[in-house]
Amino acid sequence: MRTLTVVDPGPQTTVQDRGRPGWAHLGVPRAGALDRPAADLANRLVGNDPAAAVLETTLGGVTFEVAEATVVAVTGAECALTVDERAVALAEPVLAPAGARVRVGPATRGVRSYVAVAGGVEVDVVLGSRSTDTLAHVGPGVLGAGDVLPLGRPCGRPAGVDHGHARRYARPAVLRVAPGPRHDWFHDTAVATLTRSTYEVSGDSNRVGLRLHGPALERSRDDELPSEGIVLGAVQVPASGQPLVFLNDHPTTGGYPVIAVVDPEDLWQCAQLRPGDRVRFTRR
Amino acid sequence: MHIRRFGRDHLLVELDDSQQALALYDEARRRRVDASDIVSGARTVVFEGVADVVALETSLHDWDARPSASSGELVEVPTTYDGEDLEDVARLWDMTRDEVVATHTAHELVVAFCGFAPGFPYCTGLPERLAVPRLESPRPRVPAGAVGLAGPFTGIYPTASPGGWRLLGRTELRLWDADRDPPATLRPGTRVRFVVT
Repeated sequence: MRTLTVVDPGPQTTVQDRGRPGWAHLGVPRAGALDRPAADLANRLVGNDPAAAVLETTLGGVTFEVAEATVVAVTGAECALTVDERAVALAEPVLAPAGARVRVGPATRGVRSYVAVAGGVEVDVVLGSRSTDTLAHVGPGVLGAGDVLPLGRPCGRPAGVDHGHARRYARPAVLRVAPGPRHDWFHDTAVATLTRSTYEVSGDSNRVGLRLHGPALERSRDDELPSEGIVLGAVQVPASGQPLVFLNDHPTTGGYPVIAVVDPEDLWQCAQLRPGDRVRFTRR
Repeated sequence: MHIRRFGRDHLLVELDDSQQALALYDEARRRRVDASDIVSGARTVVFEGVADVVALETSLHDWDARPSASSGELVEVPTTYDGEDLEDVARLWDMTRDEVVATHTAHELVVAFCGFAPGFPYCTGLPERLAVPRLESPRPRVPAGAVGLAGPFTGIYPTASPGGWRLLGRTELRLWDADRDPPATLRPGTRVRFVVT
């Protein structure tokens, strides 16, 4: 049987595909790969359907063994990658022989690496997705040492290497935003504050949200906002005035006003921003 | 009805109360609006991932979405009223414990929206004066099936989790099963009646 065995899951490794959008009305978060372009590229490199499930690591990488010879590709965060102690390239299809140990090292740039294995990770589908949901615990749990994951049958040919994939990481990162539904709950100056200031990524950021620290965004009204639906990329401002960008495991409803929404094309950056990295918002 | 843009691809429609919001939610589902999801809130409906935001914005004004009583499915929730906060609620409501139970079972409620956890229903329909504040500090663990109050809502925990709702009792009714279609027993629009077991 084609399987992958987790030797060391690192700080947090999860199974992710394109998530389960469409269930928010029943309180189910969407989940799915935070850096979708990186997950798509990894899948393409090993010949998978772009919606196949991959592994998503968090800062510390992951080590696993494959039972049978398997094509593997790692994208996303920059890191050292070895197969049986031999250094191999990122973002290229690599053949891991039967029994080989694949080590995705700690991220040296960015946060999350994406590991695609030919055939995809075939854990059970829950509500249309194999993704781990770290908030509502739908789908498989966060991976632990010794976990054995079933792999699907490879169905496509590994793709040629795309040397154009190299990413430009802007410093500070620039996230384009459109107005949110509650921008009028803030002082006129708040939107200007958001788009003219530099925010710093906080260490308690996770798959639920990118938490930021910087100039507070002041509300013009103090009443409580009755719970309302939230979307991916919503920039919510809790009582502290410090904004947070909701990512894939965000709660489906919230009671704090949303001042802006990050452009979907810029969300991958949120997946790769490290604590202490700087962020600017700009009106699209 | 107040329509607000929610970023590039989404709309938030704000209504006067949860009845109107539910009516709009029902109408949107009936019309099969081309959106990735439609999410009801306490008095809002969010249209997420709308194929044509401008067209939806325009057509919403022509919708005839009037609240209609008793349109949704009615589900009885058999409940044992022995919750840890029953005494506190009796004090807040200025009633005896028996009167709290009688009051809570006398009203037909309706699920305004789901949130907090998969299949967690926010049921409305109790008189406004019976709204209660959340616990000042949430409990680290509330068991599955716990029935509680927070603000104007009655909620039921589908799975064990931390929580700040004031607990009235518990039910054996299974609220969530991801392998079932639909997975949630109580969905937006479902009418709910709590009955004493």
